[in-house]
Amino acid sequence: MSIKVEHLTKIFDDKKVLDNISFSVEDGEVLSIVGFSGSGKSTILKILCGLLQADSGEIEISEGDIAMVFQYSALFDSLNVFDNISFALQERKEFKGKYTYNDLKEIVKKSLNTVGLSGIEDKFPHELSGGMQKRVSLARAIVTKPKFILYDEPTAGLDPVASTVIEDYILRLRDETKATSIVVTHQMSTIRRCSDKVIMLYDGHIVFRGTPDDLLKQDNPYTKQFVSAETEGPMKITASSF
Amino acid sequence: MANIGLYLKQTITYQITLMFLENVREFFETFGIIAYRFCQVLKYLLTFRINRKQLTEQASRFAVDSLPITLSIVSLTAIILAMQVAPEMVKQGGKDYIGLLVALTMVREIGVIMSGFAIISMIGSSQASELATMRVTEQIDAMIALRVSPFQYLFLPRVLAGVIMMPFVVILSTTIGIIAGGLTSMGAAKDVTWLCYVTSVWQGLYIRDINIMLLKASCFGGAISLISSSCGYDAKGGAKGVGIATTKAVVWSFVAIVIIDGIFAAGFYF
Repeated sequence: MSIKVEHLTKIFDDKKVLDNISFSVEDGEVLSIVGFSGSGKSTILKILCGLLQADSGEIEISEGDIAMVFQYSALFDSLNVFDNISFALQERKEFKGKYTYNDLKEIVKKSLNTVGLSGIEDKFPHELSGGMQKRVSLARAIVTKPKFILYDEPTAGLDPVASTVIEDYILRLRDETKATSIVVTHQMSTIRRCSDKVIMLYDGHIVFRGTPDDLLKQDNPYTKQFVSAETEGPMKITASSF
Repeated sequence: MANIGLYLKQTITYQITLMFLENVREFFETFGIIAYRFCQVLKYLLTFRINRKQLTEQASRFAVDSLPITLSIVSLTAIILAMQVAPEMVKQGGKDYIGLLVALTMVREIGVIMSGFAIISMIGSSQASELATMRVTEQIDAMIALRVSPFQYLFLPRVLAGVIMMPFVVILSTTIGIIAGGLTSMGAAKDVTWLCYVTSVWQGLYIRDINIMLLKASCFGGAISLISSSCGYDAKGGAKGVGIATTKAVVWSFVAIVIIDGIFAAGFYF
């Protein structure tokens, strides 16, 4: 078992964002987490990554590095692309002094090539397009050769073509790194193309679990409402829920 | 009885007390958080894991960027002090003590505290807004996700830069202030010569005063950086959150340096 989450609960200001959530992801699998905005999808990633503490529940993760790709890239805007990508290798205790500057240059170049970029090492994040920033953040995530990659809405804010490019890289990274991945997304194409398994969250609970094909079958009232983007259905959408 | 309870809860006194208690709670909470972060900074300092590149960058920012405003504020204060004091001192027959008065005031109090205020407005606010922006744009989350401690990478270089560079800023601005005070005294009052002013500077000023000034400056620098970084680190929300964090950093830094100043005055001169 690669990632096993049991009875996970998280409460924010008396509101149960996650209520007794359990799921697991096998080695090398890609799990997509879907649901309306505010349903707690990103909270799961932040708990897995150690950015938030769960109020209760158990998480078992096999040994290995966890990397996270943030919704809006979260590149360090005072550092150039080279320093952004090599940040963990330069600053983390276990890597400190392990690599020479030339080694780092080589590693950064290779990481950039993996996401289809080159020659932008000296550029700063504000000089890059949204799609390029996303790809640089992918390159930053894979530089430590993580065993787990968590993607928080990797195609948010991108045009359809750029989204497809990012999806291609998610698949490529899965094949090349054999990393176990969890993708939080709203995008049907990402779910269809990249996922092995899907879970859907609503009101702190898992209301669907299955494959992407099961999701598209629409025999579950929740998935039916989600896929067909209807406002009427079992999921009550209010102004405060997104 | 229930009605009396309800009535009391609706009174202005009750609401004001509630608000006051909430502010007290917030004060102790913030104080606790800053104290905790100070311990974290000390922990990383004791492991000697200092990012030299960051330290150099922050030190240069602390000393060089703040210098024009610090020099201006301290010099102007010295000039204002000399303009008001010099003619009166000459009238009272104390022209030989003008330098002493200006120098003691500058070294013991005005040079350090005015530099502190200038540094808070120039560097503290910028540190707070920088970290707050990093917080709201998830850059700090990304740093933690990459398993790099923000205390080591962000806090330690800033606090160290404050501790190391603030004495340089203060000694420079105080020196310039004393010189400006002398030149002003010569212009503001007849019979005051440069030699007379400089001689009187050393009449009551001792090395101990300068050492205390430097130690106080170090404490101010460290406190300003620690408080500003801490307030920025805790920012929530978007642009409004950055603004609130910056304001909080400035207010807390002002209060902190006045309290530290009071502790020094009580400890060394009372």
